[in-house]
Amino acid sequence: MNWHAVKAIYMFEINRAIRTIGQSIVSPVLSTSLYFIVFGAAIGSRINQIDGVDYGAFIVPGLIMLQLLTQSISNAAFGIYFPRFAGTIYEVLSAPVSAVEIVLGFVGAAATKSIMIGLIILATATLFVDFEIAHPIWMLLFLVLTGFTFSLLGFIIGIWADGFEQLQLVPLLVVTPLTFLGGTFYSIDMLPDFWRDVSLLNPVLYLVSGFRWAFYEASDVSIFVSLSMTLAFMAIAMTAIWWIFKTGWRIKP
Amino acid sequence: MSETTQKPILSIENVSKTYEGGYKALKNVDLTIQKGEIFALLGPNGAGKTTLISLICGLARLNEGRITVDGHDVKSEFYKARGKIGLVPQELTTDAFESVWNTVSFSRGLFGKPKDPTVIERVLKSLALYEKRDNKLRTLSGGMKRRVLIAKALAHEPEVLFLDEPTAGVDVALRREMWNVVADLRQTGVTVILTTHYIEEAEMMADRIGVISKGELILVEDKNELMRKLGHKELTIVLQEPLQAIPDNLSHYDLQLAEDRMSLTYSYDTHAERTGIATLMRLLAEDGVRFRDIVTKQSSLEEIFVGLVEDGQ
Repeated sequence: MNWHAVKAIYMFEINRAIRTIGQSIVSPVLSTSLYFIVFGAAIGSRINQIDGVDYGAFIVPGLIMLQLLTQSISNAAFGIYFPRFAGTIYEVLSAPVSAVEIVLGFVGAAATKSIMIGLIILATATLFVDFEIAHPIWMLLFLVLTGFTFSLLGFIIGIWADGFEQLQLVPLLVVTPLTFLGGTFYSIDMLPDFWRDVSLLNPVLYLVSGFRWAFYEASDVSIFVSLSMTLAFMAIAMTAIWWIFKTGWRIKP
Repeated sequence: MSETTQKPILSIENVSKTYEGGYKALKNVDLTIQKGEIFALLGPNGAGKTTLISLICGLARLNEGRITVDGHDVKSEFYKARGKIGLVPQELTTDAFESVWNTVSFSRGLFGKPKDPTVIERVLKSLALYEKRDNKLRTLSGGMKRRVLIAKALAHEPEVLFLDEPTAGVDVALRREMWNVVADLRQTGVTVILTTHYIEEAEMMADRIGVISKGELILVEDKNELMRKLGHKELTIVLQEPLQAIPDNLSHYDLQLAEDRMSLTYSYDTHAERTGIATLMRLLAEDGVRFRDIVTKQSSLEEIFVGLVEDGQ
């Protein structure tokens, strides 16, 4: 293993995040705080408890997950797309670095950034609502697994994208709607049966549900189903990346 | 150890490359480069120069033939092979917001070497970049950026340096500056392989020259030997009085009478057994043609190159 290379790529990406801290960290934290103020403090006080949890506290895991997913995808997609766009990718591809090391560097950095954002949002949430975390280890496990899995997805998008527009396409048109419809702001038990069954096809539901269970022991589906779905999604993303490097798709003619 | 028995630093055996869509960019290329050489790969745009470098450096997939760097296969032993290579690309591709020091340090890490400020300092000083070490790359001139790319390629102390069109699109002053950089590299023992379509560049720097055209390596030769073998010379005889026509007894000579009829040009092969110059001069004297000056001109590498590529086509 070329650990020096993994560290070099990882630190390069982390330094880029630090250099653009306003865009990388402050912006998602600020927008999530607005959600807490509007849905948690203002509207939430007029909504009944869901699964025995105050509405303001109920949306905390979902909002963290919303940012975790979008930030993981955006960070990883931009991280690999920008060197392709600028042409500096030649250096990574000509270095004695394997596909695993490249992925560890780029995806590891993207996941680190999004997990940090998730933890900062979690800390910020304590300023607006009262809540406790029933299973902190499970909470951290879901945070890490989801951050890493969606960073893998972002990496794939960054390799696939041919322009900045495509880079934003999947997070905006796919991930954000799926997150909103995946139980971020409600329990799917509140939906009519038909829409409840449709919601079970949404993979993000399992992430939000598992994450919420770690907080309040209340979930739409079993914790083990959530965990299995997360791991399955990770395996699919890893297989896709393995295929990309094996065939050189979009990176090596 | 003699040059012939020395293990080559780069060995290319029967390498071909066909891109998706069926375009064959390289056809059965064989090439061996010895350690410490400066080798120039000449060829027109689209000849296959960059494809060959891309295959060696891992930027394109090798599916036909074998390439080794210092004995290490670029596919099965890519860690070892690539670790010995530094690549300076044709395009000025830099991370605009990074500092010179950071970007060169990044390159060293990427190639598996631990941090070593002494090496980075030495490389930057050798390229006159040390004073600019804290500058962001976007603030540097084109020439400085080109130097940064060389510094990045040298940061892990490679044994082979590839310079892909190092002076493409740069002004004359910068081109000469690059030549000086390569001359300095020669002193350090680094093997330099450069691609160019500037003949002057190859003529100034290279020990050996390869000519590639339409994906085929049509010639590899010692530079001086190439010029000696393929070089034609021209002898221009400046006359004292205008000559109306070439005398009949000189018709078997390859002679051209200038439009102003004040000079005769004779083309001859430098490696022919007899150049015919002595007889020509005697016959001119017998015909009463008086001359006041004689000028000889060696054909340039450019003329040789154009001739080779045209022959290839």
